[in-house]
Amino acid sequence: MKRLLLSLCLAALPGFASAQQLTVSAASSLTDAFKEIGARFEAGRPGVAVRFNFAASGVLLQQIVQGAPVDVFASADQETMDRGAAQKLIAADTRRDFASNALVLVTPPVSPVKSLRDLALPAVKRIAVGKVASVPVGRYTQQALESAQLWPALNPKLVFADNVRQVLDYAARGEVEAGFVYRTDAALLKDKLHIAVTVGGHAPVAYPAAVVADSKQAALARNFVAFLAGSEAQAILARHGFGAP
Amino acid sequence: MTTDLWTQFDAAPLLLTLRVAGVATLLALVLGVALGWVFARTRLPGRGVLEAVCMLPLVLPPTVLGYGILVLMGRRSALGGWLREHFDYTVIFNWHGAVIASALVALPLVLKGASSAFAQVDRQLEAAARTLRQSRWSTFVRVTLPLAWPGILAGTLLAFARAMGEFGASLMVAGSIPGQTQTASMAIYDAVQAGRDDVALMLALVISAVSVAILVLSNRYLQRSPP
Repeated sequence: MKRLLLSLCLAALPGFASAQQLTVSAASSLTDAFKEIGARFEAGRPGVAVRFNFAASGVLLQQIVQGAPVDVFASADQETMDRGAAQKLIAADTRRDFASNALVLVTPPVSPVKSLRDLALPAVKRIAVGKVASVPVGRYTQQALESAQLWPALNPKLVFADNVRQVLDYAARGEVEAGFVYRTDAALLKDKLHIAVTVGGHAPVAYPAAVVADSKQAALARNFVAFLAGSEAQAILARHGFGAP
Repeated sequence: MTTDLWTQFDAAPLLLTLRVAGVATLLALVLGVALGWVFARTRLPGRGVLEAVCMLPLVLPPTVLGYGILVLMGRRSALGGWLREHFDYTVIFNWHGAVIASALVALPLVLKGASSAFAQVDRQLEAAARTLRQSRWSTFVRVTLPLAWPGILAGTLLAFARAMGEFGASLMVAGSIPGQTQTASMAIYDAVQAGRDDVALMLALVISAVSVAILVLSNRYLQRSPP
């Protein structure tokens, strides 16, 4: 029994032992690229551990508002970061864009949907989009559909997802006839989903990162934000389909 | 609580919650009373296992329940595909999906209330009714059911309260579509995510108040049921 307790204590140790832990809250669409970037960042810095928290940007901002211990915030849109800046939650001088992306309409491989207008077809029952209030891809989608003057007409068909990866999942499971995601998400499921349209008519999809004002690891957090703009991280982002900032 | 919030308060999630919980409780009531009687009064082989399966939604993670419904009734499933093809019907992203999830979590509460109520009914009274030439069905309706009723009703009220609070499985199956499938618990979740703490607090208070009222009522009926 004693031995068991001891080994349990030892198992719990690494969490405390690492010299510096950096917590990065990042938009869901960054999941795969950031895991790789985190590993590269750790590799050059012994004793540093990067911990990721992936969710919709609006959800991440709310967590920071509530006092979550976060060091770096990477959002999928400017608006969410602007809200953070307005509430003085981020160190404004550390903010910089590090990637861009494109909004696409995905459908199952066989689908009557070839354009945005086709979404009005009766065969299209449900369209997955991000929640407009908290998920950036939902806001880009709203802007694009408003530009195309389709938003009010399509509204009854919309299913609102918690983050872009949930939109992707709804579409991949075939529970919806179409969904709006980023080009980089669609690339993850090339065999299950087809990109019908690359959508325009919305604000540019630009990803800003910044150090959180309350960060206890401000120096390391600044390093991470700078690392995102460096050639190594940019190469990883490019390989995952992200555009240059 | 500003007057502003009152005027723009959206009652749709609350009304939908009542509708979903109401229909779900009705389904659970019918099924729960039938199964409760079977478990309390018959020696059905495999009864223990069947009862455990019926009670499962009480302890399962809602995600398992939601995933199960998706697998069994989603578009790629045999049943879901058939319903879609022949009736152009699906429970996915439909409030009926939330009803199914809520009925499943509500069932154990009705079932438990009903089976213990049936077990406590004095068999001699039923036997007396039978000697007075009442049929089995008539004995059940005129003697057994009235005697067991307080226990069944207490369980049903609990089931309604539980159905009102269903969140995880309903969200996975029905989604959170404002005005269509968004119940109060989902509206609270959305409001918190969006930083609308005022809306979340308001809905939370209303839901809590209704639940307290139901629990008080349920306790009263429990005390009235035979010991």
